Amino acid sequence: MSYLAKSPWLIHYDGSSCNGCDIEVLACLTPMYDVERFGIINTGNPKHADILAITGSVNEQNIPIIKNIYDQMLEPKVVIAIGICATSGGIFRECYNVQGGVDQVIPVDVYIPGCAARPESIIDGVVKGLGVLEEKYKKYGKKR
Amino acid sequence: MSKRTIIPFGPQHPVLPEPIHLDLVLEDEKVVQAIPRIGYVHRGLEKLVEKQEYANMVYVAERICGICSFIHAQTCSQAIEDLLPIEVPERALYLRTIWAEMSRTHSHLLWLGLMADAFGFEALFMHCWRLREKILDMVEDTAGGRVIFGSCKVGGVRVDIEDAKLKDIVIQYNDLEKEIKEITDVFVEDYSVKHRLVDVGVMSKEDAHVLGAVGPTMRGSGVAKDMRTLGYAAYKYLKFEPVVETAGDCYARTKVRIREVFQSIDLIRQAVAQIPGGPIAVKVTGNPTGSSFQCVEQARGDVAYYLKANGTKNLERFRVRTPTFANIPPLLKMLGGCELADVPVIVLSIDPCISCTER
Repeated sequence: MSYLAKSPWLIHYDGSSCNGCDIEVLACLTPMYDVERFGIINTGNPKHADILAITGSVNEQNIPIIKNIYDQMLEPKVVIAIGICATSGGIFRECYNVQGGVDQVIPVDVYIPGCAARPESIIDGVVKGLGVLEEKYKKYGKKR
Repeated sequence: MSKRTIIPFGPQHPVLPEPIHLDLVLEDEKVVQAIPRIGYVHRGLEKLVEKQEYANMVYVAERICGICSFIHAQTCSQAIEDLLPIEVPERALYLRTIWAEMSRTHSHLLWLGLMADAFGFEALFMHCWRLREKILDMVEDTAGGRVIFGSCKVGGVRVDIEDAKLKDIVIQYNDLEKEIKEITDVFVEDYSVKHRLVDVGVMSKEDAHVLGAVGPTMRGSGVAKDMRTLGYAAYKYLKFEPVVETAGDCYARTKVRIREVFQSIDLIRQAVAQIPGGPIAVKVTGNPTGSSFQCVEQARGDVAYYLKANGTKNLERFRVRTPTFANIPPLLKMLGGCELADVPVIVLSIDPCISCTER
């Protein structure tokens, strides 16, 4: 991986997760793991974000919201599924109200397993997502 | 009457780590009414009892919420032990108490950080979460997980904590207590913090009673009710008083939680001093029958479990009433008549845990 011209900004949405992965995403931003020192910021605005981080197994009511956030983000964009619920549904796979993974709703680039996903693995996944983002930038540049 | 405007708040909002939707009806800058819409985190896990065996439901219950995870597992185990019925060894009860109090300290520090973030004190947020990581390290050292402990099971606990390690926990908490004191003094004494919290979202003692508030939200309004006084687990052997503040505003609720952090540390010290030796679990045989109702104090208030069994491997009914669900009517009461800028602070002051509420 070479480098991107700017630090990626991240938007996080909880697609019906148990909170465990959400607080681990937040823990990544706080002094112990501190990804903000690399300029990675958790923004609340989809139009500012390059990476969409989704936790949880996605229930019926969340589908339009996730699609909405995804559509509002500008190309190129990367979607990261955090935790085993976002990857495959996890322990809630058999529940009646869940879709069983974010990839049932929108295309996912990076999967981070774990219950709850550890901050280290989330950071690892985001770094992997950066590689994907850079590839997409290149493609995007060629098209134009 | 001036013109009314409706402002949607959530489900995706910068101050909300979890999705909840509020329609705020405004007259100028004043909130006249707040209309909630929930269901963004509903997974329907109560119906999983039909597919999972009763012993596995403890692990499902633990994943109702990632913050109060251990106490959910503890309550579920207690209810199943009540149904079987089996007697849990003393040492397991003490270990459960120690882990429950550890989870309470980390939950309150997490909340203090989020609250600081809500009123715009970013540095304070970072400091609270820095201290919280030290507790999570201890949790990981003893239970194995960071947010999902996984150490509670039907009949006892899964892993033991050696006595040397227990003493080490107390030493670490002694150091941590001083650092937490430095941070919480800012919450209690700082002028700008007080400016955002005092007289914001006031709820009277009567309202707290009538609307059925629970936990620190209720104790902040002057009602001394704490489910730990029921004496489940090892609380019957420990000395403590419910923490009460009388003002009923966001500042009072913050002070209740701050004092509870120190109370929890004291409870851990007492439990470590008294913990007996012996086995940590008993063998579980047979299938549960009958019904059981358990009430346990979580960081956010009391959680109630109702379990019904019919003598098979699968339970018949698994019902959970969580603290945030009980605290939503008081929240709507507090929001009526407040300023729009205070909405995030008031919403956070009940310590909302949406994944608990909707399960």
